[in-house]
Amino acid sequence: MMARAWGRTWFLAAAAVAAVGGVELAWPGTVARLTRGLVSADLLIRAGLFTVVLVGLNLLMGYAGQASLGQAAFYGLGAFASAIFTVRAQALGIPPSVAGAWWWPWLVMLLAAVAVGAFALGVGWVILRLRGHYLAMATLGLGIIVYIVLRENLGLPHLNLTGGFDGIVGVPRLRVGGAELWPVQVYYFVVWAAALGAMALGLNVVHSPAGRALRALHGSELAAESVGVDVGRLKAQIFALSAALASVAGSLYAHFQAAVVPDTFGFVPSLELVVMSAVGGMSSIWGAPLGALAVLLLEQLLRTHVLGFVPAVSGELEPVVFGLMLVVIMMFWPAGLVSSRRVQGAVWASR
Amino acid sequence: MSRDSLLRVERVTKAFDGLVALSEVSLEVRPGQIKGLIGPNGAGKTTLFNLIACCLAPSAGDIVFCGRSLVGLPPHRAAELGIARTFQNVQVFPGMTVLEHVLVGLHRQARAGLAACALQTVRLRRTERRLREEAEALLDRLDLLPWAEVPVETLPFGLLRRVELARALAVRPKLLLLDEPGSGLNPTEKQAMSQLVRGLRDEGITVFLVEHDMTMVMGLADEVAVLDHGSLLCEGPPQQVQRDPRVVAAYLGEGDDA
Ligand SMILES: Nc1ncnc2c1ncn2[C@@H]1O[C@H](COP(=O)(O)OP(=O)(O)OP(=O)(O)O)[C@@H](O)[C@H]1O
Ligand SMILES: [Mg+2]
Repeated sequence: MMARAWGRTWFLAAAAVAAVGGVELAWPGTVARLTRGLVSADLLIRAGLFTVVLVGLNLLMGYAGQASLGQAAFYGLGAFASAIFTVRAQALGIPPSVAGAWWWPWLVMLLAAVAVGAFALGVGWVILRLRGHYLAMATLGLGIIVYIVLRENLGLPHLNLTGGFDGIVGVPRLRVGGAELWPVQVYYFVVWAAALGAMALGLNVVHSPAGRALRALHGSELAAESVGVDVGRLKAQIFALSAALASVAGSLYAHFQAAVVPDTFGFVPSLELVVMSAVGGMSSIWGAPLGALAVLLLEQLLRTHVLGFVPAVSGELEPVVFGLMLVVIMMFWPAGLVSSRRVQGAVWASR
Repeated sequence: MSRDSLLRVERVTKAFDGLVALSEVSLEVRPGQIKGLIGPNGAGKTTLFNLIACCLAPSAGDIVFCGRSLVGLPPHRAAELGIARTFQNVQVFPGMTVLEHVLVGLHRQARAGLAACALQTVRLRRTERRLREEAEALLDRLDLLPWAEVPVETLPFGLLRRVELARALAVRPKLLLLDEPGSGLNPTEKQAMSQLVRGLRDEGITVFLVEHDMTMVMGLADEVAVLDHGSLLCEGPPQQVQRDPRVVAAYLGEGDDA
């Protein structure tokens, strides 16, 4: 399955991921020491989670040319599905023999991804008929609606499924058999396995008839349709795939953070995802890990070196900084980091 | 109307808001012929092609292809049924190579769903190899092979018309709709295009083409239909149509055409 043109680069990436993980496993905290506290295991895990989301977002925005300003909603749906069905299993009437089994959270993760994908397929069928700004507006609206629904307890306050503003705490760690996939250094491998899997999936799509059809409809829907590409269906499918990936990332996030709150999945996180996608380069699968790492590093730098001095406003400044980054990238570097020669030399060896 | 027609347009009317672009147009295209469609600017020629390709739905009337009505079908279904087209304003996929354009044209043959693509099944890879060979053979036929790996945006306009034709042929159409295949081409390129179209007809592809260059249509078409202000003015063999006083009048009224 991997013996494609991109296979070599992918294996190099996997080796790098494994090397970093191995060092952290043997001597925890090494990466943080070497980078003077800039890169923590926590940051690497969040980069991996975002990579999973960004692979989907890049297929949707960079390849199919369909903007989504609400992608964090799917991330949130996955996270809350995992949290609700593990923490509230008893209240939902799931027998303890099932809810307590090690495979239960994995099954929830899978079913959540399928359900979120199906939801996106239905929604996409309708809103992907909209073009340009209207589509952006519709996904923005979708993101806000999902956020409010999560915050308002799905409209069923007496059940208190989502925990409202405060969210859900006590999400269990993932296990395989009797072994807990923890501490952080171990969970790193889980998350990056998912990230590398998502990238393999994305690269497969890109180098396939579906990938060609996506780029084609991006260029001219009229011409793509004229040769038999079912444009509406393909757009809805890729929207669903991107949503399912975001949902998996959300589930992994919930088990990592052990707690979920709606604010993690509002508008600003959706914007953050778009910025990451643009920074890394949305027309490339490799842009996903690059964008996630670059933006998280920059945020960390800002937090420790700049915003640290103005603590009162730091929270409010984040969206402003994201907005500025987006503008600057679009003006000076529209193809993102992957378009840089040096990055291409290192990463873009395949093709 | 004869029963052996490939395409039958039956009393088709198309109105855009107030504007009637086509009014009660009836015509037919028989298998194996090259049919020309001419008429002054704004006569409704492109609109008729858009209706046949299912990019637009008629306000009234019916369009029958191979015995089945096309009305209400989405455009990709028209392609599946064997109708391929080129565009008056060339429609290419920026950033994609010439070969990739033809491969997109072969999309339908790939029969690969998104899941199969995401998992790169063995069958998919075998199909992909076969499609690539087929695409190269098609490019070779249209003398486009030297540009196979070139991104389209770097090509001169004359070649773009041929890339569009290659992409349309990849659909293996029964009916090929060409909207002004000669426009923007120099005389040599026009001749090559005419030669190509004749070759396609000889292979059994039925061609319906809109063209402003009278020498080109009259030389190519077995039969010509004339549209004016959304109505069918007349229909017949090229020489007869050319002499028809109504056609002469329509074009004289236009002034800058022909
Ligand atoms: N989508 C549309 N919406 C509104 N009006 C349209 C649309 N498409 C075409 N028209 C109008 O319908 C009429 C016929 O246009 P059409 O493009 O079919 O003409 P044509 O015969 O192809 O002309 P040309 O030789 O200039 O290509 C014109 O008046 C045009 O403005
Ligand atoms: Mg026209």
